[in-house]
Amino acid sequence: MIRLAYITISVVLFLLPCTVASAVERFPPPDFESGYVQPTPTTPGPRQTVYEYIDTIVLFVALTISSYLVLRTRKRWAIFVMMIFSLIYFGFWRKGCVCPIGAIQNVTLSFFDPGYAVPITITLFFLLPLIFTLFFARSFCAAVCPLGAIQDLVLLRPISLPQWLESGLRLFAYVYLAAAVLFAATGSAFIICRYDPFVSFFRLNGSLNILILGACFLFISMFIGRPYCRFICPYGVILRQLSRISKWKVAITPDDCIKCRLCEDSCPFGAIKIPTEDWPAHDYNKSKRRLVFLIILLPILVLSFGWIGSILQPVTSRVHATVRLADRIYLEETGQAEGTTDASDAFRATGKDIKVLYAEALAIQARFGLGGWLAGGFIGLVIALKLIGPSLRRHRSDYEADRAGCLACGRCFEYCPKEHSKRKQAKETMSESR
Amino acid sequence: MSKHSEQTPGRRQILIAALRYGALGLLGATGGAAVFARKKNNTQNTVWQIDPEICIACGNCATYCVLEESAVKCMHAYAVCGYCRICFGFFGPEPADINEGAENQLCPTGAIKRSFVEDPYYEYTIDESLCMGCGKCVKGCSTFGNGALYLQVRHDRCLNCNECSIAAACPSGAFKRVPADKPYLLKRVDHV
Repeated sequence: MIRLAYITISVVLFLLPCTVASAVERFPPPDFESGYVQPTPTTPGPRQTVYEYIDTIVLFVALTISSYLVLRTRKRWAIFVMMIFSLIYFGFWRKGCVCPIGAIQNVTLSFFDPGYAVPITITLFFLLPLIFTLFFARSFCAAVCPLGAIQDLVLLRPISLPQWLESGLRLFAYVYLAAAVLFAATGSAFIICRYDPFVSFFRLNGSLNILILGACFLFISMFIGRPYCRFICPYGVILRQLSRISKWKVAITPDDCIKCRLCEDSCPFGAIKIPTEDWPAHDYNKSKRRLVFLIILLPILVLSFGWIGSILQPVTSRVHATVRLADRIYLEETGQAEGTTDASDAFRATGKDIKVLYAEALAIQARFGLGGWLAGGFIGLVIALKLIGPSLRRHRSDYEADRAGCLACGRCFEYCPKEHSKRKQAKETMSESR
Repeated sequence: MSKHSEQTPGRRQILIAALRYGALGLLGATGGAAVFARKKNNTQNTVWQIDPEICIACGNCATYCVLEESAVKCMHAYAVCGYCRICFGFFGPEPADINEGAENQLCPTGAIKRSFVEDPYYEYTIDESLCMGCGKCVKGCSTFGNGALYLQVRHDRCLNCNECSIAAACPSGAFKRVPADKPYLLKRVDHV
């Protein structure tokens, strides 16, 4: 009997136009006679903005302390303690989101999507480390970034990589930056956040793939110092360039370098530059010819990679949900694909015109075409400059920290005998004055 | 570095300083533009929310959230509800009996409580601590009933990730950024 009633009701209801949409009032709300009062659902608010401002202040203070420790105090243990604090606060407490690395995408999106405005706090998270780097080198990487901290913490036995491999692997970071900006500007995805390998650790939760990726990174970090920072981090790419022109720089020795070579192997990140030898004459001429050739090659590389970027448009644009949907609908309409997906069902339920969808998808693809030119051109430029790099030689007489690559971790300070004598001297003056 | 270059800055130093302050200006302009755009468009901080008009209750919310227990939960618009005796959000297809027995329920976690109000009306409430946001009841209620049950991001739980993983997996594009001071898209009745 009950089943019969159920089936009857079902049949009747199926005849009604069933859209999954809004309140359709198939059953009128009752008029209660027993004095029943409808409950009101609770709507707990989001995390208050004041906490975001506190985070920003903590970031500012952390950057200040880190810069002071790297440039003035020059003690590895102090930098290490600061690093642990940042790992706990920005990583495990704040859950790592939104971090300055990911903020690249928010800032980019706000320039291209008038409907999206980046919150002031995220703007500050993006800008503060950059501004600090302009003055105090990469103190952000040293002891503020939780992603750097978690890798630095597990570094056991660093092996040094040859220069060509280091430089080649770093190309990935530039490609990643170009892709992140492209996908953020077109409103497709925030890939830096999607493939952040460490955020799952900070949240103590995450999808299996990302957890495996994170575990791999941590395993590699035991032997190759900070692989994410050096080869992947798109924010690091920007920091590198700004660090080159910073007002103060990280110095291995507090005094004049005596070329004792003690610090030579101290850097796990391959960021110590050794003094240059004199350039042999025949090599010099060969280099000059190569330089001219590479400079001619530069525009060719820029254009060809730009072209590659633009013809990859059918692939890259599929990251955008609208393009994927239009593709699917097209395949279904032309009978090339059987069945429907959740997305195509949802689209059809809206009753939107398919032509409008196609037009939208084409417009997005056109943007990807232009974006591909720019992103590809950028990658081509980076490759060209990387090739030109070795042909330019600057005279260097001391052991120096590479301005771009130095992560300001402070490991090399202890290796310098001058540092020790200076500390001893400082101690003596202290005890004398007592 | 020789003493000479420290006293009188060379061409290289001047160039680097110029580049530095140029870069600083550029960063300032970026920040200024971002703040200006906010003022101009009068936009606010945003949080993620589901538009119940677009949501198809596909079930991705239960599995794609970065939290182990999804931030998305079912909400009940009481004003829309028909207080039906046979609720299609509560009872599974072809229930053996019309009572609160677990075998009759659609909800996999038994998060919907059914209680008698007055003949023939029954009240349905969501136990949020049990709800996992699978949307099975939402589908049932919106297909056969008034559509009083709908999914919403609960902001006491949501981490407000920069890229919401559910939004990335949402097939209907129902996830959107909404102003943080109006963080819910509640279902309302039109005739009231």
